[in-house]
Amino acid sequence: MHAINYEAPKSLDEAVKLLAAHGEKARPLSGGTDLLIQLRAGTRRPEFVVDIKQIPELTRISFSLQHGLRLGAAAPCISIHENSDMRKYYPGLTEAAHLIGSLQIQSRATVGGNLCNGSPAADTTPALIALGAQARVIGPKGERTVPVDGFCLAPGRTVLQPGELLVEFHIPAPERHSSDAYLRFIPRNEMDIAVVGVGAALSLDVSDDRVVEARIGLGAVGPTPIFAAEASKSLIGKTLDAAAIENAARLAIAVATPIDDMRGTAEFRRHVVGVLTRRTLAKAAERAREANQR
Amino acid sequence: MANKVIVEININGDPVELLCEPRQSLLEVLRDVLELTGSKEGCLTGDCGACTVVIDGRPVCSCLMLGVEAAGKNVATVEGLASGMSLHVLQQKFLEHASLQCGICTPGVLMSAKALLDRNPNPTEAEIRYALAGNLCRCTGYDKIVRAVTDAAAALAGRTHPAHGTVPSETASGMAGEMLAKGEAK
Ligand SMILES: Cc1cc2nc3c(=O)[nH]c(=O)nc-3n(C[C@H](O)[C@H](O)[C@H](O)COP(=O)(O)OP(=O)(O)OC[C@H]3O[C@@H](n4cnc5c(N)ncnc54)[C@H](O)[C@@H]3O)c2cc1C
Ligand code: FES
Ligand code: FES
Repeated sequence: MHAINYEAPKSLDEAVKLLAAHGEKARPLSGGTDLLIQLRAGTRRPEFVVDIKQIPELTRISFSLQHGLRLGAAAPCISIHENSDMRKYYPGLTEAAHLIGSLQIQSRATVGGNLCNGSPAADTTPALIALGAQARVIGPKGERTVPVDGFCLAPGRTVLQPGELLVEFHIPAPERHSSDAYLRFIPRNEMDIAVVGVGAALSLDVSDDRVVEARIGLGAVGPTPIFAAEASKSLIGKTLDAAAIENAARLAIAVATPIDDMRGTAEFRRHVVGVLTRRTLAKAAERAREANQR
Repeated sequence: MANKVIVEININGDPVELLCEPRQSLLEVLRDVLELTGSKEGCLTGDCGACTVVIDGRPVCSCLMLGVEAAGKNVATVEGLASGMSLHVLQQKFLEHASLQCGICTPGVLMSAKALLDRNPNPTEAEIRYALAGNLCRCTGYDKIVRAVTDAAAALAGRTHPAHGTVPSETASGMAGEMLAKGEAK
């Protein structure tokens, strides 16, 4: 690995100043599970590595039924799974975080790093898109809020400008009859990159019958994670029966633009988008009905 | 720019002050600076787990972390498992069950198993296999490893409550139980 300078600012202010001063020569370091591999391979060669894990805003997970969730970009995935509010109110995002690598990887890897790395197969991104998550970004020119749907521009590229830092995600408080789910297809039980990933979030009406709100996110079937807008919209106001689910699955397949690679053909991936869309919708609905009792 | 920095790390219970380059991984710092060569280098990509150490109670791949990131943390390596000449019960059980052949995966497997048992003193077979999913072994086929960890858990439970012999799960608390409450593992 080339020589680097290491900085570990203790406040957001200090981090913003450091990143602004070094511009393109600096790189934020979160869990390092992508970055260290890239540094070693020489695919990224920053002079300054700015460790963001000592900044309180970036590592906290705070939830309330009034304000929803603030998830620090640098909170390790294991702390998400160990948080009872996360498991209860955002089980889909929680299961996505808990799918990343092994326990060794989850002890370090973060949801912020997963998004900023910009992989189309990042497991937590479709789950965030399904929940309508907003990313709070801070940089030399001040602060802005970017929807996670639209954060990634191409493989390895995001909307972040040099010097910008992703601080946290904001996710609205769950409605009473709502929940989410995330499923991915891999050829093994553990430790593999998604061939297809699908996240879904649903809000049902008081009778637990009609869909009030729906969002579906797709992973690994395009150059970036995808918000399946038509598929999501098709469900609103409908009873969530087999026909509605089938129609949404068909519309989700229509926005997928997968490629053939060693892990699956485009045709197979499109098929799996349909299967996983049906299953995540069913799972999210089942959880939404149970959520009624919480 | 071969800038060296001073880092203080607590390693296996001892405060250690060392000089390293910021680019050195924790694995390099352990092996090359401190000559603690128990932690092994396999893939350097987080896939094999041979470099696993336990940091503040969590298993971590030391190849995916900078040495400077460990400043102020408690790092446990395989060198700290035994106390003096007496082996840790996990090490003892690995010998009894012949859970190693070439041995290159063993330090990492032991540290993952240690982190598991400290949090969850009475794991199911599925929990053991899940906790060890990040540790690859090309020799044993895993069954003997799982048996050794299962047996070590039983022995540890027995030792915490000598009056009861091998005790049922609810009472197997002690130190490991406290860790569980802190991490809210299950
Ligand atoms: C063995 C192994 C298995 C894996 N399995 C999976 C898997 O199953 N699913 C999956 O999705 N991923 C997987 N990954 C990839 C990786 O663990 C994830 O992408 C992880 O979430 C990245 O987070 P991190 O905190 O480690 O990021 P880092 O490596 O620290 O950072 C990644 C990139 O994002 C930038 N960055 C990080 N945080 C910020 C921020 N707050 N603001 C601005 N920029 C930032 C960094 O500069 C860097 O370019 C695996 C990796 C390994 C090594
Ligand atoms: S050497 Fe660190 S995981 Fe293989
Ligand atoms: S004993 Fe040889 S790799 Fe595990």
